[in-house]
Formats: sequence, C-alpha cells, structure tokens
Amino acid sequence: MKHDPYIYILIMASVSFLIRVLPLTLIRKPITNRFLKSFLYYVPYATLAVMTFPAIIQATQSPLAGAAALVIGIILAWMNAGLFPVAVTCCMVVLILELFL
Amino acid sequence: MKTEDRKEYLEGMKDGIPIGTGYFAVAFSLGIAARNAGLTPFQGFLASLSTNASAGEYAVFTLIAQNAPYIECAVMTLIANARYLLMSAALSQKLHPDVPVAKRILIGFDVTDELFGIGIARKGWLDPWYFYGAMTSSIPGWAIGTMLGVIMGNLLPARIVSALSVALYGMFLAIIIPPARENRIVGVLVAVSFLLSWLCSVLPAVSALSSGTRTIILTIGISTIAALLFPRKDEEAS
Repeated sequence: MKHDPYIYILIMASVSFLIRVLPLTLIRKPITNRFLKSFLYYVPYATLAVMTFPAIIQATQSPLAGAAALVIGIILAWMNAGLFPVAVTCCMVVLILELFL
Repeated sequence: MKTEDRKEYLEGMKDGIPIGTGYFAVAFSLGIAARNAGLTPFQGFLASLSTNASAGEYAVFTLIAQNAPYIECAVMTLIANARYLLMSAALSQKLHPDVPVAKRILIGFDVTDELFGIGIARKGWLDPWYFYGAMTSSIPGWAIGTMLGVIMGNLLPARIVSALSVALYGMFLAIIIPPARENRIVGVLVAVSFLLSWLCSVLPAVSALSSGTRTIILTIGISTIAALLFPRKDEEAS
C-alpha cells in the first residue's frame, strides 16, 4: 500500500510543533534529571553524525568527491566557518572534482 | 504594536535575512531529497513551511521514499528533532514569565538551530517580536527554496544535483563539528557515530534495515551510553 504524502507531512509537522511548543509553554523551571539532560544533549550530535556518514559519499555520483566534501567540510567546520560557507564549499568541491572523476 | 516592539521586530527581520539566505541554499538540496521521495513542489513547500527542520525533514523524506509506516515517521521526527526539546526548554528561560501562551506557541513554531542561536544571544529577556521578525525574513527562504529544489532538481544536470545534494551534509557538519572541537566527549561521540553508522550500512543483517530505522536505533543507543558514561554536570552550558 502506498502511504499518503499529506499524512506524512501532517505527522511530521504536528510532532515537530509539539516538541517545540510543549517545553516553551509547560516547563518554567530548568530540567534537573541528569540522565535525561545528558541524553538530550548528546542526541543531536549522534543523530546528525549518523545521518551524514556514510550517506555523504553515497549522495554524489563519484564516492571520492563525496569523501573529499566530507573531509573539507570537517576542516572548515573545525575552523568555525559557519553553516552557509561550509555547505557552499562542500557543493563546490563536488562540482569541481566531478569534472575530473 | 508598541514602538519598542516595532524596533525589536525590525531588528529581528534584519538578523533573519542572512539566515534566510543560508536556508534557501540548503533547502534547495532538501527539495532534491523531497523530489527523490516523490513529493510534488507544493508538498515540498508545505512540508518546509509547516515543519521548519532540516534534519527532521530530510529523515522523513527518506522514509517517504521507502513508503515506511506512519509510526516510523512519527518516531523519526521525534528523534531527529529531539534537540528542539532542549532548545525550547532553554528558550523558555529567556521569556519573561508574563509572556502569554499564544505568543509562546508562535515562537515554538519556528525554534530552529539558527533562530535559537540568535534568540538566546539577546541580552536580558527575549522580546517575542524580535523572534517574529527573524521568522518573517527566514521562513520564506526555507519554504521557497525547498519548492524550487523539487522543481529545478528535474531540470538541472546530474552533476549540479550531485553537487547540491551535499549542501545539507555540509550544514550538518557545521552544526556538529565546532562542539566536537570544544568538547572531547562530543568529538569522540561524533567519530563513534560515523564509524557505527558505516558499519551498520555494510554488516549483512543490519544493513537490511531501512536507513531511518538504523538512525533511530544508533541515535538512542549511542546517546544513552554517552549519557550513562559521561553525564553532564549542572554548570556545563549546553
């Protein structure tokens, strides 16, 4: 059975909305449970890292270009280059390398 | 609107412009992911306008491409956007206790990494109007960029699409690498996540699972172990 895209979008939007609105409206005091706090702190790094690799080398036509974008992206991000410059440079690296690969 | 609020609103709009520009480029690559999942330009526009989340939307688009169950979509959104729970909790401390619920709900609609960043950086209480100003100038870039990604992804040469498809990963790197540099535990966690994610994509039994399911399992597993081994001290800023 093919699922309905609009229901996917509705679920995604509703869950995202609740995640953001509930703490803002309900929690007036800081979270004190140490495990929960630590778990939530680590979640974004784990999830973004898992989604980035190895996907980045599978997204490009040539895996080598994706790997180069990963390495250069990490170096630039390490130097605190910011969201936009890192994203654009990764694109440029793939664009230029795939002219030759 | 009071004069002071108008000033805050305009200032927010100004600070939101570079954010909206960055969103536009990244959303374009998100639109390509939406197109690969079979979404129409309008569906891509609607998804970005209503959700405002890069990683969360990207994860859900990969699930849509796989025709995954709805429950997996809900769990994936919860996991990929779990950081907003923390950000909103932190942001709630920046709002004057008198800020009414309706205004809090509107702020909650668009708590993103970037708007959280500029919101938390305000001195003293955060005036909701400042946040609304930043929303006004950044949301269109996100939604329209996604829509154009769906439309133009079809027209652009494969080489350009290939290049643009890494923009999102570049943005993810820009979010996770600077804290990984500052905090050795986060650095090790990122490296371990890369390694395990790669292992799970090649190991026979595990690689048969959908990439969305693997992301959920790895995220919960890695974060739980990190929280048990390295619980955060109260005074550490997040």
